Amino acid sequence: MKGRPDNLSNGASSRPVVLEVDQVTHYFGNLRAVHDFDLTLHHGELVGLIGPNGAGKTTVFNLITGVYQASEGSIRYRDVELVGLPSFEIIQMGIARTFQNIRLFSNLTVLDNVRIAYHPHANYSVVDGILRTRRFREKEAEMTERAQEFLEIFGLASRQNEIAGSLPYGLQRRLEIARALAARPRVLILDEPAAGMNPQEIDDLMRLIHFIREQFDLTVLLVEHRMRLVMSICEWITVMDFGEIIARGMPEEVRKNPQVVEAYLGRQAQV
Amino acid sequence: MLARLRKPHIVTIMGALLVFIVVQALLSFGVLSTFWRGIIFWGAAITMVALGLNLIYGFNGQFSLGQYGFYAIGAYAAADVTYRWTRADPSALVVVLFGSIVAVLFNIGVAKLMSRFYRVNVMAHFTFYTLATILAFALTVILLVPVLGPVMTGVLGIFPTAVSNQIVFFLALLGGAALAGLASFLFGIPVLELGSDYFGIATLGFTIIVKVLLDNTDTILPFPEMKGARGMIGIPMWTTWPWVFGSLVLVVLVMRNLLHSTTGRAIVSVREDERAAELVGIDVASSKVLAFVIGSVFAGLAGGIRAHDLAFLHPQSFNFIQSFNPLIIVVLGGLGSMTGTVFTGFLWIFLLEGLLRLYLPAGFETWRFVVYPLVLLLMMLLRPEGLMGRYEIPFLRQRLPALLGGDSGADKAPGEVPSGDIPPAGEVIA
Repeated sequence: MKGRPDNLSNGASSRPVVLEVDQVTHYFGNLRAVHDFDLTLHHGELVGLIGPNGAGKTTVFNLITGVYQASEGSIRYRDVELVGLPSFEIIQMGIARTFQNIRLFSNLTVLDNVRIAYHPHANYSVVDGILRTRRFREKEAEMTERAQEFLEIFGLASRQNEIAGSLPYGLQRRLEIARALAARPRVLILDEPAAGMNPQEIDDLMRLIHFIREQFDLTVLLVEHRMRLVMSICEWITVMDFGEIIARGMPEEVRKNPQVVEAYLGRQAQV
Repeated sequence: MLARLRKPHIVTIMGALLVFIVVQALLSFGVLSTFWRGIIFWGAAITMVALGLNLIYGFNGQFSLGQYGFYAIGAYAAADVTYRWTRADPSALVVVLFGSIVAVLFNIGVAKLMSRFYRVNVMAHFTFYTLATILAFALTVILLVPVLGPVMTGVLGIFPTAVSNQIVFFLALLGGAALAGLASFLFGIPVLELGSDYFGIATLGFTIIVKVLLDNTDTILPFPEMKGARGMIGIPMWTTWPWVFGSLVLVVLVMRNLLHSTTGRAIVSVREDERAAELVGIDVASSKVLAFVIGSVFAGLAGGIRAHDLAFLHPQSFNFIQSFNPLIIVVLGGLGSMTGTVFTGFLWIFLLEGLLRLYLPAGFETWRFVVYPLVLLLMMLLRPEGLMGRYEIPFLRQRLPALLGGDSGADKAPGEVPSGDIPPAGEVIA
């Protein structure tokens, strides 16, 4: 089967396909950043995408979320073609992502960060806002409450009125995930969520990822460098190097794959 | 309604009322001379332009030098409406007012139509909206003017002249603002796609184009009454303090309510991080156009107010050097502070055009243009965030929602909780 390991036994194949990346190739000028990339995600899976620096992982994310338009190939989300759509429409359809380097609205409050992500679902018009109609008040209250519930789940409720940029690093990460989830996605794409975290924070993060996946019925795609994290939580893994897929399979298979070892550690010296 | 108001708000409203009454009294009893009256009205007008710019630059992050162009459009359009009306010609009223309405309706139609197609590029949007607008005004001129002109004259003729003049003035202000909004909409669609700096240059270009067109209103454009570079005279002096005050309050209220709604948060998020905003599902392009149009409507309204106070319009007062005035005000007052803009807007005109003009010794008046760059320099060195930073008076501040469950976090002061104390997600779930 295209875009997944052949020997999967996680029972996901019976569930509907959510995201299907089909033979995507992308060029930056003459540089081929991604070549013939396939990936098929079934509903509810937790999948890892790993590879050395510069392998093209983030490019794949950017292609899926419409930051770049794929030069060739197609990306379908629940049978809707995504290539060519602007990012915000892709996000509104139900794909949310976080960033490698945290990108919060750092001068705004924690609560506003989450409320902004709720904007496409706000359901009142500019005129309602300017005239402060009853509809505005009701929807605004509902929105605030929903955002606060999110913050509660992420342990940020008591800090809702603080400026997001002033939060400690681990909490900023957590807020970014909360913000991504507030857009009500079905697919969550996490771009190196553990970057810069200490082991304790990584443990928390792992529990958090498991939890949100259950709670919000999500399909999760994870790019990560920390092998411990990827190996312990992902159901299966795709390994990229130089823009191409070099291996795919269960964590323990991938770990033993000589090509993967080579990509990460370099070729063993021939003595 | 009153029960919902909190104490600081009542203080603000009372304060505003007091200002209104005191100024009105001073004007009525002739304590304030025509000169100072002009200064106050001018200050209010430029404050409205600056508030619009603050919405665009301070809150949405788009550096615009084009606000004086929209100010000019509003001024000339409103002036033309009243000028012609007082000379028994309702055509300008019909064109500006109904033309704008028809154009808005057409553009909504075009938007609805285009939303059915995927991947329509920006230039196609721009072309269709422009065609729709031109068509709307053409149809108005050809079809509506002969019909609605006599109707407007007839309907407004029922009222005594004093009343009908006030109604026409209101409609003229509305029309001028709408026209400025339409112009900014058409201009904004392609140009806002550019990055912030490029957008700034393009808007500067817009101001220059408008100024050149105004220089040639009687030759290139078919408006002999505007008299091109000689300046338009004979505009009725209908601007009174209630109009000035009312417009300013309206602008402040609209801006405040807008900013404290979800649309406003979307606008601010674009300033904070455009890419991140796009990737939490915000239509960045529309957000920018919206902020730009609303900001320009404010400028158009201010133009109408100014034109009917001065009773004389000259293209030179809308040249690109002038267009830096609102920018200076916004930066001085604090980007993203409405309070700062209002305060600095008035202060600017009071000092530069009022006090310094009066009290600098004869022959030294032009030295005020040396004083203010110095002030600017010092400001940028000593207080780069502007006089007010992001400070707002309570009335203009976004209300912080109470914590969930009342006092769940009340025992911990914000900022006191060290990161280690935050329960890991697993515990929160349990």
